[in-house]
Parts: sequence; C-alpha cells; structure tokens
Amino acid sequence: MILRLLKNGIDRKSWIFLGVLFAVTFGVSILNLAPTPGSTLHLSSFVVTVLGKYLTYALLALSVDLVWGYCGVLSLGHAAFFTLGGYAMGMHLMREIGPRGVYGHPILPDFMVFLNWQELPWFWLGFDMFWFAALMVILVPGVLAFVFGWFAFRSRVTGVYLSIITQALTFALMLAFFRNDMGFGGNNGLTDFKDILGFNLQSDGTRVGLLIASAVALAIGFLIARAVVTSKFGKVLIAIRDAESRTRFLGYRAENYKLLVWTLSASMAGVAGALYVPQVGIINPSEFSPANSIEVVIYVALGGRGTLVGAALGGVLVNFAKTIFTGAFPEYWLFFLGGLFVVSTLFMPKGIIGVWGHIANKWRAARARNASSTLQANTLKKGD
Amino acid sequence: MRFIQNNLFGFLLLWGFLFFGLQATSPTLAAEDNLTTHIGTMAAANFTALSKQIEALAATGDPRVVPILEALAKGRLFFRKSDKKVVFATKVKRRYKLSDPLSGDTLGEVKKSKVKKIRVNNKLRRQIRTVLGGLTLLSPDPKVRLKAAEAIFKSGDATALPALEAAIVQELDTDIRAVLRQARAVAVLKSDRPDEDKKAALTILEARGDRDALSVVTAVARTSTGDLKAIADRTVTTIQETLELWNIVQNIWYGLSLGSVLLLAAIGLAITFGVMGVINMAHGEMVMIGAYTTFVVQDIIRTSAPELFDYSLAIALPLAFLVAGGVGVAIERGVIRFLYGRPLETLLATWGVSLVLQQTVRTIFGPTNREVGAPDFMSGAFEIGHLTITYNRLWIIVFSLMVMVALMMLLKYTALGLQMRAVTQNRKMAGAMGIRTNWIDAATFGLGSGLAGIAGVALSQIDNVSPNLGQSYIIDSFMVVVFGGVGNLWGTLVGALTLGIANKFLEPFAGAVLAKVFVLIFIILFIQKRPRGLFALKGRAIES
Repeated sequence: MILRLLKNGIDRKSWIFLGVLFAVTFGVSILNLAPTPGSTLHLSSFVVTVLGKYLTYALLALSVDLVWGYCGVLSLGHAAFFTLGGYAMGMHLMREIGPRGVYGHPILPDFMVFLNWQELPWFWLGFDMFWFAALMVILVPGVLAFVFGWFAFRSRVTGVYLSIITQALTFALMLAFFRNDMGFGGNNGLTDFKDILGFNLQSDGTRVGLLIASAVALAIGFLIARAVVTSKFGKVLIAIRDAESRTRFLGYRAENYKLLVWTLSASMAGVAGALYVPQVGIINPSEFSPANSIEVVIYVALGGRGTLVGAALGGVLVNFAKTIFTGAFPEYWLFFLGGLFVVSTLFMPKGIIGVWGHIANKWRAARARNASSTLQANTLKKGD
Repeated sequence: MRFIQNNLFGFLLLWGFLFFGLQATSPTLAAEDNLTTHIGTMAAANFTALSKQIEALAATGDPRVVPILEALAKGRLFFRKSDKKVVFATKVKRRYKLSDPLSGDTLGEVKKSKVKKIRVNNKLRRQIRTVLGGLTLLSPDPKVRLKAAEAIFKSGDATALPALEAAIVQELDTDIRAVLRQARAVAVLKSDRPDEDKKAALTILEARGDRDALSVVTAVARTSTGDLKAIADRTVTTIQETLELWNIVQNIWYGLSLGSVLLLAAIGLAITFGVMGVINMAHGEMVMIGAYTTFVVQDIIRTSAPELFDYSLAIALPLAFLVAGGVGVAIERGVIRFLYGRPLETLLATWGVSLVLQQTVRTIFGPTNREVGAPDFMSGAFEIGHLTITYNRLWIIVFSLMVMVALMMLLKYTALGLQMRAVTQNRKMAGAMGIRTNWIDAATFGLGSGLAGIAGVALSQIDNVSPNLGQSYIIDSFMVVVFGGVGNLWGTLVGALTLGIANKFLEPFAGAVLAKVFVLIFIILFIQKRPRGLFALKGRAIES
C-alpha cells in the first residue's frame, strides 16, 4: 500500500508541495531559534504561531476538499468538526492547568468554580490524560460525522439540502455550546492554558514544536488523502461525484463510500482543530459559526477544488491575506473576502491550480504551435 | 337572605359614604377645623395614635387627605420642631423646603435639624394603602377608581371591606364594578366573615381565574378547614385548568407571531430558492436593506416632514421593495446568471455578495443599531381574556398573510406569474413559446429580493436594525423553505407556522436556546425522513 502510494500516488505536484512545506517549516523554525533576538535574521514567535495556525487551516481545507472535491458533498459545517477537535484538546489543556488556576482548585477548571460546580461532569473525565484527549480529538468528530452521515447519506439527502443541514448542525452546536450549563465554559470558552505535555505554551521551543507538529499533521493528512483519491476507492468517489445515480446503478453502494470518506474527513478536521487551539490559546463557541465553515469552502474554491494541494494552498493564502487586511485596513477585509468568493466562482472555477494549469497548457500549446507553424511554413514554401 | 343582608349593610354604608361625600364636596368650616386638628395631632403621635388619626382622616373622605397620606407613607411628611406644625418637606441641598399640607403654601426653607420626620412602620403603611384605596374608590375619574380597585385586590385587606361594599353599590361602570367585586371577594376571604360569604367569594375569584386569584385561593385552601377547604381546593383546580388552557392559547399566539416573522423572512427565499432553485445566501442582506430603507425614510421624515411619521411604513414599503428588488436584479444580472445549473457555486458567490453588502451598509451607516420608530397604530396592546396582544405583533401576522396571498395571486393570475411558472417547469419549451427567459429570471429574482425587502420593513419594527440583521434570519429562512418543501408556497406557510409554534411550545420546558437547538435537530432528522420537505413536488424532474 505505502509502496504503491509512493510509486503512483505522489506525483510531481505532491513532491513540490511536501518539499516546500518542509523547507518553509524548517526555515522558519531555524530562523526563530538559532539567531539571537534582535538580529536581522531572527523571526519573531508571532510568525511561527501564525504560520502554524495557517497550516492547521490548510489541513481543515484539505479535509473539505476530500469530501467536496472528490465526492461532491459540499459541507457547510466542517467548522463543527474542527471546533469539536479543538474543544477536546482545550479540555485536556484545561485539566493540565491543575491547581494553577485563578481560584486554585486542584481539579475543577476556573469557570466551573465560578459557576459553583462541586465536581467534574462525567464527560470531562479522562481528559487529564493526553492519549485519551488525542483519541477523543479523532473520535468525537468522527463519531458525530458517522452518525450524521449514516442518516443523511442513507436517505439520499444530497446537494444543496445536505449543505443546508450541515449548516444547521454547526449552528445548533454553536447555540448549545454558548450555554453555560453545557459545561464547556459557555460564552468565554476555554482559555488561559499553561502548558502542553509539560512544555510551557509561551516558550519559543514549544511554539516551534507545535508548528512542526502542524506541518507533520498536514503532510500525513495530505498523504492519506492522496492514498484515498488515487486508489480504486477514490475512483468510485469521483464517479459518485460526477454521476451518483449511474454509479449506484452499476452496483456500488454510494452511501457507504460517502460515509467512509465523510467520517475520515471529519476526523482530519478534528485533528486540525486540536492543533489550532494550543497555538491561538483559546477555543470558544463562535468557532462553530456557519460563516467560518463557509469561509473554509472558499479556501478550497480559491486554491482549486479536487486538487488537494490547491486546498492547502488556498487555506494558507486566504489566511495570510486575512492577517494582512485585518491588520492594515480592517474595514476592507469583508469586501476583499466577498469579492474573492465572487471572483473565484465566476472566473476561476478550477482555482489557482486550475489557472496555473491553464497558463502552463497554453504555453506548451503555443510552443507546440510555433514549432508546427514553422514546419508548416517551410512546407508551404516548398510547395509553392 | 344573605343577599338582602349584604345589600342592607351596603345600603347603610352607602348613606354613610354619601354623607362623607357631601362633606367633601362642600367642606364646612367645622370639617375644615376637623381636618386641621387631625393633621395637627399627627405631629407627636406614637404608632397607635397615628393609626387612629389615619382612620379619622380617611373618615373625612376629603380628597385633600390623599396627598397627605401618600406623603406619610413615603416618609415625606415632617413637623416643625418649633411649633409642631405638620408640613410637606422636600430636600434641597441638605436643607428642606417646606409647604403647607392643606393649602400648599410655601413655608420657606429650614435646616435639617429644625424639622422631624413623622415615622411610620410597615403596619401603618399597609393601613395607609388600604385607606387610600378606599378614598380613591370614590374618585370621579374612572381610571383612578379602577386602579384603586386593582390595588385593593392585590393587597386584599379585610379592613377595606366597608369601603368596597359601599363603592360596589355606588359604581355604575360594569367593568369597574366587576373588579370591585373581585377585590371584595379577596377581602372577604381574608376577613372573619362566615363561611357562606367566603364560598360566594371563591366563586367570584374562580370567574376571574388568573394567577393573582390562584394565589389567594391557594392560601385559603391551605388555612381553612372542612367544607370551605374542599370548595377552595376545587376552585384551585378549576383555576389551574383555566390557566393551563390560556397558557396553551398564549403559546399558540406567540408561536403564530414567531411563525409570521419566519414566514416573512422566508417568503422571498421561497421564490428564489423554491421556484428558481437559486441558493441565495444574500437573502438575509435583502431583508437588512429593506430595514435600512425604513430607517432612511423615517430619518428624512423626521427632519423634513414630521407630520407624515404615521405613514412612514406605508411609504417605506414600496421603496424597500424597489431598492431590494433592484439590488436583487443587479445580483442576478451580474453574478447569478453565469452560474445557473451550478447550485453550490451559486451558494458561494452569493455568500460573497452578502459579505460585501454587509460591509457596505456597515461603512455607510456604522456598525451600531439604528433606531426605527413605531407609528401610533403599531404601538400599544389590548387584552383578550388572559392574553395580552401587542399591536405590532398582530399587524405583522396580518401583514405576512397579506404578502402571502398577494404573492399567490401574482403567481396564479398574472401574465408574469404564468411566465415564471412556465420557465421554472420547462425552460427550453418556455423559450420556444416566445418567453424571454432571461428577463423572467431577472424579474423572478427581483421579486424574491423585493419581498425580502418588504419583510425588512416589518422586521425593523421588532428587531434591531444593524448590519447583522440578515445573518440572524438566513439559517431560519432556509430551514423553513427546506422543511416546508421546495417550490411550494403552501409548504412555506405551513413550515413557518409549524416551526414557530413548535419553538414556543418547547421554550417553557427547555429554555429559548435549547428549544431552538431541538427544532434544528428535528429538522435535520426530518430531512432524513422526507428529503424534499413536507409538501414535496412529485415526479422525476426534481431529481436533476
């Protein structure tokens, strides 16, 4: 399997992608750690954290591309899986704080002390162990996606209807998590994290470590996605995307294919969320908002739907633009983002990768034409 | 027999009060002296003596007593230490401004140490309240009388009984008399009247049947014994059942109200999404544009022609339709027409448009809420039974139904409607018959957007007009359309009202937020069962 993947699955584009990813991650890490602060070569920790954040968004975009680009399921609720993964990690980080909270309670997080809770709710048990939290990061979004997909795909809810109910799902979760009684910190969410696996979250080393972890997760996610889409399974997915009824008539159980890739995608989104939380230091219910989910779809659309590399690229580019815009002229960010939606759907249906491919093709075609036209001209001359 | 007894008693009291009343209308010198003496002796009285004085003052029936007693209850009645004269005192920068309690003449300012407050305790305050109730029961102003009767009903003091009974006989207004009887019933239940009287009182309270009556009767059921207790218990059950019933009625009303709001928000979407199949994520922003149009219209009216304010909504309606419809046509021509047949791309592009529109409005009008006023006919409320109905909610229900009917007529009986239906059913065939399908697309989308615009006018009356207004409706509107069944206006109507009522019935058990979560989960599950909504179009055409 792995050998076959290395042989067939990884094309030139993938090698470039993985190469650039590791070069940038490695470069940024070295430039942050090695030179003394103040020297011209030094990169601030802000850059490290922001890059790490971009990479988690890229992983999220990758997971959306897997279901939308290859299976035609447009999810407007992937932020739900991302945020659930984030909450699972956030709960672990809250437990890590231990007695160092403001109220100094040995077990209960601050917000529970504040709400006068006497003991830990059952669903917080076990989160003091990292392995358990890590398992939950994958399981919780995965199980939710499985149950949701089980119902949705079996009753053949497709297209726009599916998009709208995924949106309803994330909206319902947002409303629920905003409630204090839910036991997830309500409005304020989870924050004030101290350390992860014993490493201080504020230190440069930990930040670089998280960046590298994000890059590795993105690479692994990318390889898994490549393995899926280049396999026979992936071919069926593409068939379902392009003609679902016909695929079903050919004897494939379309709903099972969809369910599997949907669940895988949700777990990937969960991992992205789990890496996102320690880097930004907070998780709150507004991450569930439907607008966030739709924004992720634009990462994919801009980068290039059904290309995987494009989705990751789109995630990084849009968020880079967001950082620039919201810093320099915040009032124009929504104009820019809105314009991006319109432009990329109207003029770049295949995204940046598609445009690049188009230009490359033209160039190649032009070269070929040049060659042939000189040939033709020569023949014509001779024929005269 | 009891009736005659009561009546006789009331009759005598009536004469007594008439006598006092006469005194009040033509105060003789003796009465004037009397009043002054009573007031004068309040200065050095202890609580018991003060209580007697209050009673005596009330017995004069003089309307001028009312402000004095009110001042006493509020601790604004003082006396001068020098001559023990009782005065009204208002604090002005550590000094007291004095005035005469009867004539109202000012008596100059004095230092704090020169006067002393006449103190009252809770028992006296209660007494004053009752006495005041009795005094105002005979006021010539019916509003004051009604308020007094309600006040006594709430305090329910047995000492007010004579005054109440006198007032009942004298009262000509049937509404006020009913309240008086109810107040008397409460007083009787708290007095030591015979059980027979109390049973009659219970019947009266049962007829009133609201929460106040329930608490009084519950108290009686707890304290009494034997026969009376049995009746009181039965009354409690009856009242509870009535209240339960009214509660249901109220939930239905609130549900209808919420449903009509959902209907208004979704009706335009039922056209663009339901009929055309275009996922317009900028639909909420059309609602917002309608609301802002109302704001601008009102703003212009306020500055240039304030007398037109009551017509502001009527002026805003067509304008909002035109503005939102125009924006809709621009979006259709500029973006959507390139994306027909690609619903998911349409969704993304219109989402982008919605972000741009939001930010545009935020840039022009600022991010904060804008105030949209209500014309006279939209404000106020009235009551049916135990249900308070506010005019703005009522008008919105009426308005949403009117819009619904108008839209159905348009689709069914006009040429435009016919062409719209033709294009949705079979675009190519419609084109072959000479319908300009491009124009119809633009017109249909404009119509849907315009409807969202006039929904915005109505919603500006009950919601905050801010750039985020549309965002809060977009998910709900999609839920309504999807739940009701795409391409079916009846489905939208039924869907909106069902979701509204379901939401309001869940709220008492689950709280507002959780109720909404439940409704969303319900819709998600419902779509699994019926992927095409409540009233699905049949046939194979919808598959594509």
